[in-house]
Amino acid sequence: MIEIANISKTFNTGKPNQVNAISNVNLNIKAGEFVVIVGSNGSGKTTLLNLVAGNILPNTGTITIDSNNVTRLPEYKRSKWIARIFQNPLLGTAADLSIVDNFRLAAIRTQYKGLSIGKNESFKKLVKDKIATLGMGLENKIEQPIGTLSGGQRQALTLLMSVMDTCKILLLDEPTAALDPRSAENVMQIADSLIKEYSLTAILVTHNLKDAGNYGSRIIQMGEGEVLRDVSTIEKSKLKQNDLFDWFG
Amino acid sequence: MDFYLTALIQGLCFAGIAFGIYISMKIFNIPDITTDGSYTLGGVVTGAMLTHNQPGYIILPAVLIAGALAGALTGIIHTKLKINALLAGILVMTALYSINLTILGRSNMPLLSMPNLFTIINLIANVNQNSLLILLVFVVGITLIIGYLLKTDFGIAMRATGNSEPMIRALGVNTDRMKIIGLAIANALTALSGYLIAQQQGFADISMGIGIVIVGLGSVIIAEAIINRLQITSVWLSLILVLAGAIIFQFVLAFTLNIGVDANLLKLVTAVFVLLIVGLPRLTSRKA
Repeated sequence: MIEIANISKTFNTGKPNQVNAISNVNLNIKAGEFVVIVGSNGSGKTTLLNLVAGNILPNTGTITIDSNNVTRLPEYKRSKWIARIFQNPLLGTAADLSIVDNFRLAAIRTQYKGLSIGKNESFKKLVKDKIATLGMGLENKIEQPIGTLSGGQRQALTLLMSVMDTCKILLLDEPTAALDPRSAENVMQIADSLIKEYSLTAILVTHNLKDAGNYGSRIIQMGEGEVLRDVSTIEKSKLKQNDLFDWFG
Repeated sequence: MDFYLTALIQGLCFAGIAFGIYISMKIFNIPDITTDGSYTLGGVVTGAMLTHNQPGYIILPAVLIAGALAGALTGIIHTKLKINALLAGILVMTALYSINLTILGRSNMPLLSMPNLFTIINLIANVNQNSLLILLVFVVGITLIIGYLLKTDFGIAMRATGNSEPMIRALGVNTDRMKIIGLAIANALTALSGYLIAQQQGFADISMGIGIVIVGLGSVIIAEAIINRLQITSVWLSLILVLAGAIIFQFVLAFTLNIGVDANLLKLVTAVFVLLIVGLPRLTSRKA
C-alpha cells in the first residue's frame, strides 16, 4: 500500500543548523497493516509521517501509494487515500464551524467541493447516527461549534470523520499526546476499532510505549533519521513492554 | 428626514464593501485593504463605460470582473509569493491608483447628465424612494447569493480555510486557490459598491476610495459585536447583521453631521466611533 524508497529529508541544507531528519529510509507497508512508530524526540518519526502525508516533500527518493507515485504530489491531492489525525486536536477540526459542517467536509474529502448544498436533512441524520455510536451524547449537539467540545471529544470526532469518505490510509500523529489518560485510552480504542472495521492501513506515531505494545501489527523504532528496529506481527506479539523500555535504555 | 433616507441609501450602497470585508476578514481571516483601490476601480469603470455609452448589462459584469481581478491579484501575491496579506493589499491598492487614473482619463468625471441605473429604471416618481427600491432589490439579491454560497459544500470549505488550514488541506482543498477565489469575491463585491455609489452620487472620482476600508470594517465590527453578544451561529442572521451594520454606520455619520459637527472632522468621528465599538465591550468585560 505504501512504499517508501531511499527517502531522505534535510532541513536548512548548508546552514549551521542543518538537520538530517530522515536519511535513506526504505519501508514497505502492506495493505491492512497497522504500523506503530516509536523513537525519541528528533528521531524523524513525525517527519516520516509528514512525508507520507505530503505536507513536506523529500530531497531524494520516491513514495508510492496504492501503486501511484505521489512523491511530488501536494498534500491536498493525496487526501484521496489519506486521512489524518493531528497531535493537536485543534488542528484536525475547524473550531468555529458546527459539528455537522466539519463532518460534511470530511464526507467529501476525496470529492470536489461544489456549489450544491450537501448538508441536508438526510446527511444530518447520518451524522447523528454515526456520532451516537461513540456513546458520548454528542448526537444532539451537531449544530454546535466544534470548538466548544473538549480535546478528547474533538479527537474522537476527528477519527469518526476520517471514515466518512472512502479511506485507505489513516495517519495518526501522537493523537493522544494532548489528552488526559482516560480520554487517551478511549480515543485509542476508537481508532483501533475503526482501523479493524474498515481494514485501514494505519501508521501511528507515539511516545506512549504502552499503546505501542497494545496496538498495531508491526512496530518500528526510529533514531537519527533511520529505522533502527522493525518488528513484524509474530515477533511483536511476543514483545513485552519491558523490552520496549529496553530499546530506549 | 430626507437626511436619514440618504443615509439609508448610502448604507445600502456600501453593503457590498461590508460583505466584502466580512468575507476577507471574518471568513478568511485575511486583513485585505485592496478595498480602497477596488472600490474606486468599480467607480471609474462605471464612469468610463457610462461616458462611452455602454449598456448597463455590460457595465455591471465588467465592474464585477475588474474587482475580482484586483482581489485575485492580491490573493496570488499573498499565496504564491508568500507575502504578508496586508502588504500584498497595499501593493495592489497603490498600483490600482495609476490604473484607475488611466481608466478614468482624469481625476474627476461628472455622470449626472448620463442615463444610469437609477434614472433608467423608474418605479416610483420620488427619486430617492426610487433609488431605495432599486438598491433594496440589489442588496437582497447579493445577500441571497452570498448566503447560498456559504451554505454550499464550497462555502463550508471556504469557511474552514480561514479557520483551520491544516485540517482543510488534509481534507483535499487547495487552500491557496481558495484564498485567491475568496479575495476575488470580496473585491468584486467592493467594486459593486463603487459602481452603485458612482451612479447614485453622479460622479466618479479618483480619490473616492481613500479610507473607504473603514466603512466595511466598521460595519463588520458592529455586526460582530452583536454576533458575539448573542452567540449567533446562523449564516443568514450574520449576513443580515453585517448589512444592518453598514446602515447603522451611515446613520451614525448622518447623525453627527445633523447635530452640526464640522464635515472636516467626519473621518475623525468615524475612527472614534469604530474605536468605541471595538473598545467598549472589552472595557466592560474586564470589569466584570
